[in-house]
Amino acid sequence: MSGMKKMKKTTKSNLITYGLVIGIYLVTQILIMTGSISSLLQGLLVPLCSYVILAVSLNLTVGILGELSLGHAGFMCVGAFTSAFFSKCMVDAIPVAGIRYFLALLIGAASAGIFGILIGIPVLRLKGDYLAIVTLAFGEIIKNVVNILFIGRDSNGFHFSTKDVMSLGMEPDGQVIINGPQGITGTPKDSTFTIGVILILITLVIVLNMIHSRSGRAIMAVRDNRIAAESIGINVTKYKLMAFSVSAALAGVAGVIYSHNLATLTAQPKNFGYNMSIMILVFVVLGGIGNIRGSIIAAIVLTLLPEMLRGLNDYRMLIYAVVLIAMMLFNWSPKAIEWREKHLSKRKFAKKKCAEEV
Amino acid sequence: MSFISYLINGISLGSVYAIIALGYTMVYGIAKMLNFAHGDVIMIGAYVVLTAMTSAGLPAYAAVLIAVVFCTLLGMLIERVAYKPLRNAASPLAVLITAIGVSYLLQNIALLIFGANTKSFTSVVPIPPVVLADGNLTITGETIMTIAACIVIMIGLTVFIKKSKSGQAMLAVSEDRGAAQLMGINVNKTIALTFAIGSALAAIAGVLLCSAYPTLTPYTGAMPGIKAFVAAVFGGIGSIPGAMIGGILLGVIEIFGKAYISSQMADAIVFGVLIIVLLVKPAGILGKNIQEKV
Repeated sequence: MSGMKKMKKTTKSNLITYGLVIGIYLVTQILIMTGSISSLLQGLLVPLCSYVILAVSLNLTVGILGELSLGHAGFMCVGAFTSAFFSKCMVDAIPVAGIRYFLALLIGAASAGIFGILIGIPVLRLKGDYLAIVTLAFGEIIKNVVNILFIGRDSNGFHFSTKDVMSLGMEPDGQVIINGPQGITGTPKDSTFTIGVILILITLVIVLNMIHSRSGRAIMAVRDNRIAAESIGINVTKYKLMAFSVSAALAGVAGVIYSHNLATLTAQPKNFGYNMSIMILVFVVLGGIGNIRGSIIAAIVLTLLPEMLRGLNDYRMLIYAVVLIAMMLFNWSPKAIEWREKHLSKRKFAKKKCAEEV
Repeated sequence: MSFISYLINGISLGSVYAIIALGYTMVYGIAKMLNFAHGDVIMIGAYVVLTAMTSAGLPAYAAVLIAVVFCTLLGMLIERVAYKPLRNAASPLAVLITAIGVSYLLQNIALLIFGANTKSFTSVVPIPPVVLADGNLTITGETIMTIAACIVIMIGLTVFIKKSKSGQAMLAVSEDRGAAQLMGINVNKTIALTFAIGSALAAIAGVLLCSAYPTLTPYTGAMPGIKAFVAAVFGGIGSIPGAMIGGILLGVIEIFGKAYISSQMADAIVFGVLIIVLLVKPAGILGKNIQEKV
């Protein structure tokens, strides 16, 4: 009986989340049609979709798995570059944009997922904060590697170099595909707002179903008490690896959306560096760790707010840092929790509801 | 001859990593937390020295002294405001995320005050370079100073922990916080002292780092901080001689990687080392393998 009731509750909560995304999409479309959204804001819509997916996927790692990834921008970078590379090579071979984009998505997600597994195998076996530091290092390495990578194609096939375009040694008919620090130019602009929203919904289906599945409960059991989970026969490394690689693959999807919206894709500290990883973490912390719907809302608000308050741009990063610290102290300090329980009984109720959703 | 010169450079860079890693490893041993902001304290220390020397016109030793005092207070302040309230939090992620927030805050404060432009740092080391082997091998004063500082700090710290009451208290708290408290040790004070020592070392490391590599930006501390953490893991986190060995080995690996493999891939090599260490010997060279208790 209670099982059925709980089932219903999670389904309802999931439906609210899907409805929220669809609702925001419809409102935005109406606003675009009536012309009440500036072109600047319209240009933000596709990146916004990728940020939402990033926030949801990081929440899977931080909230559900209970580990910290500081290299989500790195996984995004992998997805972005592999898929843009594929699309640029296949522009002539596959003229249908839909099929090409679909394949690019699979490639982006798979390559980011593979990197997730490669990093996860050594690191997730360990107890402690190693994942944070290794993913942080991974993000920086990927950014560096992409910046020294030159790949060209001519009638003889592909040419690789880590020096410059000249050392590719291509025939005159050759075409440079990845041009080191100049990145990839001329990726087909296949990402649209509608596709982005569809991908957000697919991400939500994957993540929400995973959380409420047998595996999801195993993952949360590992998070809450590793030793207890191990003792009832849960394969800790397997489930940790599962959650982390799915999270990495979804970050790769976000990278695909991001890269297919840009004329020139370059790896800079701004888009694929540490700052980006921190920004995603701020979305997750502000939306509530473990609260998927909160991540979506936080990503939207924090992306649009600075655009509306341009004057604050210099202080944006500073404000993010303060918000991060303040939120953590308010939400997790035992003293603050005690104080809240005494004085804000309403909030306590809301908090309880949140906890049950997870 | 170039091999020896690379080796000396590597040991010098490694000594800086070792000094930073000492701060990491002490804090990790006692507070069981990864202090992400440690690298940024280095950067703040370097800016304090720079400001004291260029704007206030103070002599180098006075500037370094001010930086050490400033960073000590800063470290204690951070611990008191941001970390202490979360000491008994339900999730171990809470304090980690807060530490990232603090790191980010320090970087952005420095960005607002000093700007994003690279500042050139004048070396504070008065020792002239030593030329050996008919001019084929030059050892800079910074190198000598760094290695000497590293050895002095290492010996000083070991003696402090072995002989003094506060040092023994630190050991006790890192072994078992609850039991230490029952024995009458003031745990809060001991943790604050650890942060103070770690941050003071960070200030010294900042000065040495910027004397050897004379550029300074708000992000100067981030990378050496992360590498020092790698060094601490390499040597065995929580172990003081381990931090030393790990730091020096890592410095040598980095410089050799830069010289013989690829200068752009040196960072990747360093982090590759971290992943290999985690695969082969997760406890590090001198680390203890602690069994979990239910």
